[in-house]
Amino acid sequence: MSKPMLKMTTAFADVMPAEYVELVQNGPFGKGYGVADLGSFKELIEEHPLCAGCGLALAVRLIMASLPTPEDTVVVGSTGCSSLAFPQIALQNIHSLFGNQNAVASGLKRALKLRFPDKHKDVLVVAGDGATADIGLDMVMHSWFRGEKLATIMLDNEAYANTGGQESGMSPEGCVLNMAPTGKKFKKIALPEIARESGCAYVASVTPVQPRKLEKAVRRAILVAREVGPTYVQIFVPCPTNFKFKPQETLAKAKQKEKDQTYPLREFITPEAQAYLAALEGGGKHD
Amino acid sequence: MTKYRVLAGPEGYLPPAAACEGIRLPDVGWALIEGRHVPEQEALSAIVDKLLSAKRPFFFPGPNLLWEWKEGVAEKASALRKLADTAGARVIPMPDYRPKYPMINPAIEINPNHPNLTIWHNKIDVCVLAGVHCHYANVALKIIRGGTDCYTIAICGEAGHEDANITLRNAGIPQIEALTAMVAERRRLC
Repeated sequence: MSKPMLKMTTAFADVMPAEYVELVQNGPFGKGYGVADLGSFKELIEEHPLCAGCGLALAVRLIMASLPTPEDTVVVGSTGCSSLAFPQIALQNIHSLFGNQNAVASGLKRALKLRFPDKHKDVLVVAGDGATADIGLDMVMHSWFRGEKLATIMLDNEAYANTGGQESGMSPEGCVLNMAPTGKKFKKIALPEIARESGCAYVASVTPVQPRKLEKAVRRAILVAREVGPTYVQIFVPCPTNFKFKPQETLAKAKQKEKDQTYPLREFITPEAQAYLAALEGGGKHD
Repeated sequence: MTKYRVLAGPEGYLPPAAACEGIRLPDVGWALIEGRHVPEQEALSAIVDKLLSAKRPFFFPGPNLLWEWKEGVAEKASALRKLADTAGARVIPMPDYRPKYPMINPAIEINPNHPNLTIWHNKIDVCVLAGVHCHYANVALKIIRGGTDCYTIAICGEAGHEDANITLRNAGIPQIEALTAMVAERRRLC
């Protein structure tokens, strides 16, 4: 997609559904909106089939509001709760086989670079913890080793949530789930550290409790991936269904984990990425 | 030569792709009527018959004609709209291919992943697909043939569609304008 594609032909403009008319007239394309503008423009996602109180749904909403140039962004996803939401999102997105997301995104990024050599086409991988840290870990890590210019975002609900609640590598030690009744026997995978050592130029872990911080991390990840190298953002997205708390407690759960350091917020930037971001952010521009 | 005929359905759940039954795409200057290779002119005439004898004819323009993504699209879209209006058909757009099930409003939108919902809801007996990317047109045409009795017509700008009951190939503004003129002439004579 690009901005010219977002112009309707006049012959059929009268029969276009209102949703599309609103997206063209009041959507985020080419406007440079951010999370501070939420509520004042037509969002890329407004409906989703996820559970009440789903932290992942909130994170997806914030990610979509944080894209520097949504009209030039393609999202590659994978199997999981997020793949139920992405068909509703008004953005180019590809659903890959479970765990293949970074391999698919690598090919896509290279193809887009050949097709549009003078333009930034952002390829954003958004997948759950199972797809990123377990089933797709080899594809994820090899894309980092190869230095693919991708931004990888993990939506970390610390379980295989839409298959009944199995433990994932990102579940905390001792975690009891519906299908892990004796508790997890080993520690949560330290993927931010692995990402840093595997060649990522920008790494951050955030939660939706602080939307501006999340926005900053997502934007930085996308911008650094344009010029410097692979990036990784890990977002804690509490799951009320599998961790059995009330939907209205989602943000409190995330806040508690931030507070007691069981989900530490971190940011790592290589000197090269730091210099690149300083040049961009110093000018007050994101794209 | 295959004996299989691409007729209006319902053919049942998971109908075979017409290509698997031996139907091949038409050559340049030719078209398909129910799987038979015919000269383009014969297919144009058959399309006019179907449009004018339909109780509820609908046009389903796809993204290639709804979004002004390159030069020439606006002109082709205008030509198609004129054809729909001349034939007295209604238009329901297919703006993109997001499988928005079950949120879709079938009264105002059609989706290639479940086109049967829009056809059932609007009781459509003849539909025309144009400007739908080939791979999604194939999906939609097969689902329509499988689950509805709607007669499908593909005005295709590329190589045509085996799964449509009638398909043109390389259809551009001249073919669309020819159809419009034929429809107008037939209406005048009636």
